[in-house]
Amino acid sequence: MAEGLEEEVKTNPQGDVITATAPPPKLEEKKGAAAQRVVDPDYLLLHAPRKKTFITGSEAAKESIRRANVDIAISYPITPQSETMQQVGYLYAEGYLKDYYRGEEEYGVMSAIAGASRSGVRCLSATAGPGLMRGLEVISSWPGGRLPAVLLIMCRVINAPLAIQPDNVELSYMLSTGCILLHAENQQDFYDYPLVGFMVGEKPEVTLPVAVAVDGFFVTHARGWVRLPEADIKLPPRQCYHEAVPMMDNENPPIRISRDAPIQKSNFISYQMHASWQQEIWAAGERSRKWLNRWLGGLIEVVNPTAKTMIVASGAAVSQSREAVRQATEQGADVGLVKIKSIRPFPTEELIEALDHAERIIIPEFNYVGWLAREVRNVIPRTERVVPGGPRVFGGMSMPTELLLEYVLGTGSGRH
Amino acid sequence: MSLETIRVSPGFENYLPQEYYDLVRDSQFTKPRKVSEMGSFKEVIEEHPMCAGCAMTLFIRTMYVALPSVENTVFIGTAGCGRLVLTQGAAPFIYGNYGDTNAVASGLKRGLGIRFQDTPKDVIVAAGDGGLADIGFSMVMHSWFRKEKFTTVMLDNEVYGNTGGQESGMTQKGMVLKMAPNGKKFEKMDMIGLAKTAGVAYIARVVPTNPARVASAIQKAVLIAREIGPTYVQAYTSCNIEYAIPTPKVMDDAREVEKARYGFQEYFTDEAKEYWTRIESEKRQVKGPATEEE
Repeated sequence: MAEGLEEEVKTNPQGDVITATAPPPKLEEKKGAAAQRVVDPDYLLLHAPRKKTFITGSEAAKESIRRANVDIAISYPITPQSETMQQVGYLYAEGYLKDYYRGEEEYGVMSAIAGASRSGVRCLSATAGPGLMRGLEVISSWPGGRLPAVLLIMCRVINAPLAIQPDNVELSYMLSTGCILLHAENQQDFYDYPLVGFMVGEKPEVTLPVAVAVDGFFVTHARGWVRLPEADIKLPPRQCYHEAVPMMDNENPPIRISRDAPIQKSNFISYQMHASWQQEIWAAGERSRKWLNRWLGGLIEVVNPTAKTMIVASGAAVSQSREAVRQATEQGADVGLVKIKSIRPFPTEELIEALDHAERIIIPEFNYVGWLAREVRNVIPRTERVVPGGPRVFGGMSMPTELLLEYVLGTGSGRH
Repeated sequence: MSLETIRVSPGFENYLPQEYYDLVRDSQFTKPRKVSEMGSFKEVIEEHPMCAGCAMTLFIRTMYVALPSVENTVFIGTAGCGRLVLTQGAAPFIYGNYGDTNAVASGLKRGLGIRFQDTPKDVIVAAGDGGLADIGFSMVMHSWFRKEKFTTVMLDNEVYGNTGGQESGMTQKGMVLKMAPNGKKFEKMDMIGLAKTAGVAYIARVVPTNPARVASAIQKAVLIAREIGPTYVQAYTSCNIEYAIPTPKVMDDAREVEKARYGFQEYFTDEAKEYWTRIESEKRQVKGPATEEE
């Protein structure tokens, strides 16, 4: 080879250098992981001084996990989740996590999380759209196993024809699982909510998995302002012996534990056991309200609380609604907004109160079926106030503020 | 866990069942047992709802006796006959979703490894041929390829016994069973060959005709999984109901099948062999000549 020729450096489409072996962890970063100190969750979540940074949702999730004291993360790649879990992989390489691997597919991944959570360690996984569907049998069994873990859901289309576009219809399937379900509006929420999720799910009176959903691409792949505390602090580790059920570590006497007993006999004792167990799962979800209120500042946020027209939204639809409220207010309209942060538990009382005065209720969603509208209509009185038809966008469509304004101002040809 | 944690707390003596006392006083929790002593000490399994004469039950009893450290063992199973015994044993048992065993075991073993760095925690999957070769196949194979350090035991009755007798991938070709009204169309799956391909460190194929050999295979499988990598024991545990084997003839059938097509096989990777040879020689130095199970 002629002297002076530069060695060819292969890069992937993102410009990262491709090497045959993983690069050794950077020394200073390793020092960073070891130098972290455990702080009180109140301090990390509420009081620690923060600095503003301009990062993507995936990067915000990475910064969340960096401070979450996670023991093990397991996931299977799927767009638009992959970037976040790759970032978590880098955190593992830097020593922030104790174990990490790419699973075989989502059924295997969610099952491995079920095993890891039973061992008493803090667990993280993430998936999106079809991956959530594939793992749903297992995810639906996590609450019954009383298995704390955090599952990030980066929503995307699940219907055929196959597509990777944003659409959050998959969350309608999560509503009946018994998991706690938070819906992040933006990059800031996607930093904050996973940390809250770990702390709430591991509370003794809760002991449940927590799913933190976000609308794919709009949040995961776009930048936004995120206020972050220093990276040298982290949450306390999981206190597994404080939880509602014994760990499967053969350390909890009595030895004859069949924690996951098959309650399959056809007799009334079996029916009663299964029924009471289900009631207890949902009761545990209810008991999470106290902690969600403390660390999320309430299950809802209300903007212009006295307005006669109220928008009710969750996830990225909230951001679009904020802008619509701003523009509508400029045009003299009387419009407010309720942001729903927690879908499970659902803010029933909060909504009834916040919407009591409203004459029109508009529920914009990023899905065809309108699952949030169903949820809201299920709990509020005088449901005729809910404007039919959404607006809803789906299959990857964006939600222009003009569309929202048509509904708010009643100027368009929408179905209202 | 140690015996200390299973001792009866003062004041509770009158409230615990006799079986529990027997377990604390005279069982493999108090000292290691051999299969030749079965019947003379309290076993890990007290009673079970299995069919009379079931070969699987004998196999599971033998497997329990062979455990190197019952107080630090966790079992994982799935739907099937085997868990009817495993849920009754004095060892923790996880009953997850259909066919999820080897994925659950992967997460559990890694998590226990994080929490208990000085105490080996043995994780054993014990599930049927349907659970491991059919519905759980992908997770079994991937756990082997990933070199997860736990033992997989297939209770191979060559049929879906618990759901009423449907063919499985491990059923012999030509067998007429439910869902195979004209006879099974394809060969019994070669899980032993697949295990070798996947790099499983120790593989054994056994029939419960020789309990000492079964115990030996289980011990090797558990100890090699602790240190080296995944291990696999495939046991012929006939279904005398679906295959209409008269109860007194169950062991005759086992001997016939063993002779015809299920002979004892054992396979070590080089690394596993080297490790086991070292263990054996260390044992001999301590104890003298090898016992029946070694």
